[in-house]
Amino acid sequence: MTGPLLLAAGGHPILDIGLGHYLVLSAILFSLGILAVVARRNAIGVLIGIELVLNAANLNLVAFGRYTDAGLRGPVFALFVILLAAAEAAIALALLLNLFERTGSVSLDEADQLKG
Amino acid sequence: MVELLEKAEAALGAYGPAILFYGMAGLVVAAAVYAVLAKKIDHGAFSLMACFTGVAGLYALLGSDFLAVAQVVVYVGGIMVLVVFGVLLTDRLPIEFRQITRETAVQGLAVAVPVAVALLWAALGTAWPERAPAAPLPEGTTEGIGVLLMTDYLLPFEFSSLLLLIALVGAARLARGGRK
Repeated sequence: MTGPLLLAAGGHPILDIGLGHYLVLSAILFSLGILAVVARRNAIGVLIGIELVLNAANLNLVAFGRYTDAGLRGPVFALFVILLAAAEAAIALALLLNLFERTGSVSLDEADQLKG
Repeated sequence: MVELLEKAEAALGAYGPAILFYGMAGLVVAAAVYAVLAKKIDHGAFSLMACFTGVAGLYALLGSDFLAVAQVVVYVGGIMVLVVFGVLLTDRLPIEFRQITRETAVQGLAVAVPVAVALLWAALGTAWPERAPAAPLPEGTTEGIGVLLMTDYLLPFEFSSLLLLIALVGAARLARGGRK
């Protein structure tokens, strides 16, 4: 997949990397995030995986915004995702601290009770 | 955006933008791999910070200057501080909870590899409606994003402020734990 050429001020083309490169990078990041979510037993490790997944999705949104007709709507959507990620991280860590206080660990295997 | 590419071209030759992309992509992937596999969770958290910084660089390369700054401020400055606090406050665990065992590695790969194959197949096998990148805005994207947030996306914008307030109060309440 070749990147489209961008014209510099002097009129000569600059090599611009194409949409496909960003999609592949984002797919790799997303899969690494999924790997962390499933393979980690430490809840903070799982949180790290979720953040990787969200960043991969954001990278796709921004890349589509640039290389298709979506325009600024891509970055705006990504901005909302960043906002949700911030809220999610705060809540998740508050839950983890609570869990750690109660059970002395942040292992997800031990946090299997709905009522405690 | 064009200035960035032109500067890259001036410094590194015609392949400058490609070198920038591959450099940052390499940083992002290497940092992400270490964040996922690190034996010590605090090393993973700091590696994740490097990964997010690289993603901010990619946003800049994509011409989203506002989002690149937001990524650094919110992710590297905010979310990562939270994660590091979480690591520091809970880092008295037996070693086996920190590590990926053979069993969980197999489970993780069993899920992650099919996902990766499906995503790569979709990313490479689809004819995306690609057009040449638009002429970059000399004043950046900040004004356009601000106008969109105040017009088309006003309702989600207001809801998100409400959501942040609820999350803030909820997190403060939860973090107090059983103490009244």
